[in-house]
Amino acid sequence: MRLLSLRAAIEQYVPDGCCAALEGFTHLIPFAAGHEIIRQQKRRLHLVRMTPDLIYDQMIGMGCASRLTFSWGGNPGVGSLHRLRDAVEQAWPAPLALDEHTHAGMAVAYTAGAARLPFGVLRGYLGSDLPTVNPRIRSITCPYSGEVLATVPAINPDVTILHAQRADREGNVAIEGIVGAQREAALAAKALVVTVEEIVERFPPMMNSVLLPHWVVSAIVQAPRGAWPAYAQGFYARDNAFYRQWDLISRDREVFLAWMREHVLARQAA
Amino acid sequence: MNARGSRVGATRNDCGWTRDEMMTIAASRLLSNGCICFVGIGLPSAACNLARLTHAPDIVLIYESGTIGTRPEVLPLSIGDGELAATAACVIPLPEVFAWYLQAGRIDVGFLGAAQVDRLGNLNSTVIGPYAAPTTRLPGAGGATEIATHARRTCVMLKASPRSFVARLDFRTSGRGDVPGRGPAAVITDFGVLTPDPASGELRLDGLFPGATVDEARAQVAWPLAVGEALRTIDPPRDEELTKLRALQER
Repeated sequence: MRLLSLRAAIEQYVPDGCCAALEGFTHLIPFAAGHEIIRQQKRRLHLVRMTPDLIYDQMIGMGCASRLTFSWGGNPGVGSLHRLRDAVEQAWPAPLALDEHTHAGMAVAYTAGAARLPFGVLRGYLGSDLPTVNPRIRSITCPYSGEVLATVPAINPDVTILHAQRADREGNVAIEGIVGAQREAALAAKALVVTVEEIVERFPPMMNSVLLPHWVVSAIVQAPRGAWPAYAQGFYARDNAFYRQWDLISRDREVFLAWMREHVLARQAA
Repeated sequence: MNARGSRVGATRNDCGWTRDEMMTIAASRLLSNGCICFVGIGLPSAACNLARLTHAPDIVLIYESGTIGTRPEVLPLSIGDGELAATAACVIPLPEVFAWYLQAGRIDVGFLGAAQVDRLGNLNSTVIGPYAAPTTRLPGAGGATEIATHARRTCVMLKASPRSFVARLDFRTSGRGDVPGRGPAAVITDFGVLTPDPASGELRLDGLFPGATVDEARAQVAWPLAVGEALRTIDPPRDEELTKLRALQER
């Protein structure tokens, strides 16, 4: 197992200009890693995530990103991501190019990426204007039936970063609960960094939990509570009050910057 | 939802219920027992769980986070709250939800929300204004586009205003209203329910909540709203429905 500090892992695997996917669908969102990316002032990142959530709102607002591949950009159950909106509507703090999909489209793009196929196929985007604004959404005629199906290019991030409950001493990674597209995003990437709640000698019994075997994992980082304000099933619950508070913090540029200075920039990575 | 609309919808009338509650209850009644239901967050989640706790105990609720057969005690804030996973029959990876369940035709009913709906039931949840330079950037499609295509039946829940019930969408995120029989089966809003004319597919007023009027409905819709031949008044909330809904929301 390659055990790194959070600072070293981000320095090594997230260079300026790279394509990075921090995945985790509501559950196990790698906030601690995103905060370290902000502290290291990474720039011109191509960020990929189905649901940008608060972590990409923060990274976009702090000027880390120039491009975003996504399929739903809101604060779940609350409303807008105000920093994402400000970047798209007012180019603040920098212009943000969008590569916009549906959940179904991004799911097959990750799946194709994990299989090292050039594109994913789906019966999708029907009745939608999305293909008219995203030239990457194309189509193919089925060689067997003649049916026209939608295609999306495979997503192969330079690095995927996940948060998981546990790694063992060998560097195998176990995730239980809602898994989103984490497994697909992990295997689609050229490098995989996983922050974990704890490192254990041996996993508890869990025959069918998602397991990423040690040789596909580039580095493990121990980061307890590394998904807060998202959650880690079995460790801590989603901080729904903070998700609501973020709506107020993020509306105003100065309030946002003050919050980031106090709660992210002034803190050091473990 | 703007703050003003939220307050109006949240005001209790003389009979002791709000339009928001009536909207959720009317939507829950559209779900039959045992149906397989793809649930969005917010009003649809409340409606589907209310159906489960009243007339449809065997309904199967699937959230896009991969939780199948979930039975939350508390209404979740997000589609991925831990409560959904902890009470689910099983939790599957998200690509399987969309490819093996939704696309494969294993969903009976999909519930959608949006910022705008047009007269054919097409929906916009992407942008207000031009896509490249929007005045308001909305969250986007999420699961909606493929739910609109692949669920056997879709229902839409959307609060009414001339800015939401529009003559022309700023962007079409989802909808197949121009394909006969493929638009939503019902649009539930805060004055009543619209359903498509079987011939043209155009949404028309089919039911009014107690206390709502045709004039009120027409004032909230930017196209000339037709009234169905059999316009009915929707039954007011039953005590059980109100009690269970309020318990879901308070816990």
